[in-house]
Amino acid sequence: MRAGELLGLLGPSGSGKTTLLRIIAGLDTPDRGRILFGGDDATFLPVQQRAVGFVFQHYALFKHMSVADNIAYGLNARKRSERPPAAEIKRRVGELLDLIRLSGFADRYPSQLSGGQRQRIALARALAVEPRVLLLDEPFGALDAQVRKDLRRWLREIHDRTGQTTIFVTHDQDEALELSDRVAVLDRGRLEQVGTPDEVQENPASATVLRFLGDAIEVEAITEGGQVRVDGRPTPVVAPAGLIGPVKLFVRPWQLQLVEPATAHLTGTVRSSYRSQGRQRIEVARPDGGLLIVEDSDGERYATGREVGLRINGGYVFG
Amino acid sequence: MSDLSLTAAAPVQEDAANEGRLVRGLLIGTAVVFLALFLVLPLFTVFAQAFARGVGAYLEAFSEPDAWTAIRLTLTVAAIAVPFNLVFGVAAAWAIAKFEFTGKSLLITLIDLPFSVSPVVSGLIYVLLFGSQGLFGGWLQANGIQILFALPGIVLATVFVTFPFVARELIPLMQEQGNAEEEAALTLGATGLHTFRTVTLPNIRWGLLYSVLLCNARAMGEFGAVSVVSGHIRGLTNTIPLHVEILYNEYNFVAAFAVASLLAGLALVTLALKSLLEWRYGAELGSRARH
Amino acid sequence: MVDPPRPKRRFRQPSVIPGFGLTFGYTLTCLGLVVLLPLAALVAKASGLGLSGIWYVATDPRVASALKISFGVSLLAALTASVFGFLVAWVLTRYRFPGRKLVDAVVDLPFALPTAVAGIALASLYAPNGLVGAQLTKLGIQAAYTPVGIFIAMVFIGLPFAVRTVQPLIAEIDKEVEEASATLGATRWTTLTRVVLPPLIPAVLTGFALAFARGVGEYGSIIFIAGNLPYVSEIAPLLIVIKLSEFDYGGASAIATIMLGISFLTLLAINLIQAWSRRRFGYV
Repeated sequence: MRAGELLGLLGPSGSGKTTLLRIIAGLDTPDRGRILFGGDDATFLPVQQRAVGFVFQHYALFKHMSVADNIAYGLNARKRSERPPAAEIKRRVGELLDLIRLSGFADRYPSQLSGGQRQRIALARALAVEPRVLLLDEPFGALDAQVRKDLRRWLREIHDRTGQTTIFVTHDQDEALELSDRVAVLDRGRLEQVGTPDEVQENPASATVLRFLGDAIEVEAITEGGQVRVDGRPTPVVAPAGLIGPVKLFVRPWQLQLVEPATAHLTGTVRSSYRSQGRQRIEVARPDGGLLIVEDSDGERYATGREVGLRINGGYVFG
Repeated sequence: MSDLSLTAAAPVQEDAANEGRLVRGLLIGTAVVFLALFLVLPLFTVFAQAFARGVGAYLEAFSEPDAWTAIRLTLTVAAIAVPFNLVFGVAAAWAIAKFEFTGKSLLITLIDLPFSVSPVVSGLIYVLLFGSQGLFGGWLQANGIQILFALPGIVLATVFVTFPFVARELIPLMQEQGNAEEEAALTLGATGLHTFRTVTLPNIRWGLLYSVLLCNARAMGEFGAVSVVSGHIRGLTNTIPLHVEILYNEYNFVAAFAVASLLAGLALVTLALKSLLEWRYGAELGSRARH
Repeated sequence: MVDPPRPKRRFRQPSVIPGFGLTFGYTLTCLGLVVLLPLAALVAKASGLGLSGIWYVATDPRVASALKISFGVSLLAALTASVFGFLVAWVLTRYRFPGRKLVDAVVDLPFALPTAVAGIALASLYAPNGLVGAQLTKLGIQAAYTPVGIFIAMVFIGLPFAVRTVQPLIAEIDKEVEEASATLGATRWTTLTRVVLPPLIPAVLTGFALAFARGVGEYGSIIFIAGNLPYVSEIAPLLIVIKLSEFDYGGASAIATIMLGISFLTLLAINLIQAWSRRRFGYV
């Protein structure tokens, strides 16, 4: 984790993302391993002293307190000797309300706010204590699609403005790829890969990462002399050194191209096709009964029942 | 019913998933009459009998010093038993609702136990402990400590019968609220005590008030258990309910009902406040208390 | 987060929330001193008597008839309370009528009214010269000083249990299920008996068991109206009081043990009903 970066923790539900986040915050205890904050071991530091800002999935706002009191809570909870004067707290709350663009809302109560507004209050409350690291658990999980999009952009803005080191958890690939400086992919409690959004998409470290980041079909293939062959024909895919014999080749829909059956790696029958956002999506049934979806933009109509061939223009194999 | 006609002039269609008007009226009538006869009439009787010979006779019941001793004793007992069970209930609810541990449901069952014990048996068990032939009876006598037939015994029996009230109201309430707000407070640097005071307590205040109200009503009105441990020493160990019993058995009906009307008044106030809390703060009460 | 967590048996799941040791310890201490220790004294006394000792007391004609009256009348009263309790709960949750909230509040009256107060009020109402008693006498029914009086008092105190256990479940009934039944051609009666009532049975049984247990142990609201004639209208809790006033701790403990035994069986029955209901209907 680098200072000032926005790291997305991505993984399917049950992969341990939230648990990891809670362990970093000091809300759960690790069975093994250590938590380091800038070189300091924080594994046994109580949650109060970790100086983290945690934004809970369902916000956990204090229902009986006004928005201002919620945001000021962490400052007011400090020992008298460390507590800023009341005027200073008030100023800080005002600043944060400006930052989250809810200036007029200081005296409202959480129940009078929309989901997106509550989310922003929860963020302001976490930022008020000037945490070393900001932790967000599924920050947009409970919001509807439009609010989600707006808040995403807004969170990126806030991050760029404050330079706050931030980790957020999500199960939504688009969200992680759009927002993060770097993405960490988790599966069943294991860290599969860490890298920039481009890195993880272009060079997925494992089949799990690949599958999780988007649709892919699996094709039986053979590697020979560093080349991956399907149905005897060579593909542009280069096999990792030392990998020989039958392998699974993973192919993204956009790495498939419709061609004449005679020159194709794969063949099949068109089952149906439809247009969506300027592209044609064609459902092809393979002879073995499997279905795959191909995207095509050349405008040619593919009638149901037509025999087609598919050429593989790219793909991934893993050792 | 082969053709559908939806004209404005058509009579209002009966709700398909409901009883007809007649049946509905009949059922409501039966329920209301039954409740009026079985529940309201006795309450009404208390006041009717208390004022049967006028306000003067009613007030006369309170000119007796024994009545005042009983009132004082009842207030004292409640003033000890209710706070005790309040503290116990909050502690038990905290341990049970905020943490996961083995044997939790057994613990809840044990806390609920006093509700399934007959009041008379509740008194009896303290007699077996502290009575002259009881487990600690000899030792207590030798040291000149009086528990039975005195204030400590009455308090203990009252604590026993009202033991589960606060805990069993707060446990479901706190379980429902979960730990998220407390965790949020802790990540913001608050200490445990500060978190309890500023976050937990405000969240359970109405449930707490609700349970204290019911606990207090039972504590002041308990009869069976207290009757066994008090020894019925007139002017000394008689609580209000016991004083009512004595007056009634002496055929002093007006005085008995006059004193009883105090308790009936308490019951009415309790019910009114309880209903008020349910209507106003239903969502902030334990699920058990909501209806 | 390198290895999956090892499963480990712990007494308590780890948590950052503070104060477990303090509150748990305090809870156990209070529970032990106030509830468990005194109940242990009863168990000790009863085991001193032995099964034969308890049996000897239980078969004493006066004790046997008191137990019979307590349990028998309570059974009838709980049955009555369940029927009317269901009706009241149904009316309160399904219909809207003026004064509904007041009626709803009134249901809890027996919870709030001290038993002794209820006792003398019922006694004076149902006495032969009382408001209701006089009417009953004309019909040839004597309520006060007979098991009928005990029955009335037990219905009084059992009713809230019967109402409050079914009420939340009636409120949760999915109206669409009833509408579905109606669209499939069922009459209202068929819908009620085949669709609405079956899932409510466990709650009704639980309410019945609670009312029954309460009736068996009840003392204050019964003794005034019952007249307490041995072999006729004397209840088991009263016999305990009588035995205690004669300093017959053994006899009192024997009766108490039998009553506790029955209430534990009732509690067990309730738990079984609820476990069955959870399996069968997915809720309690």
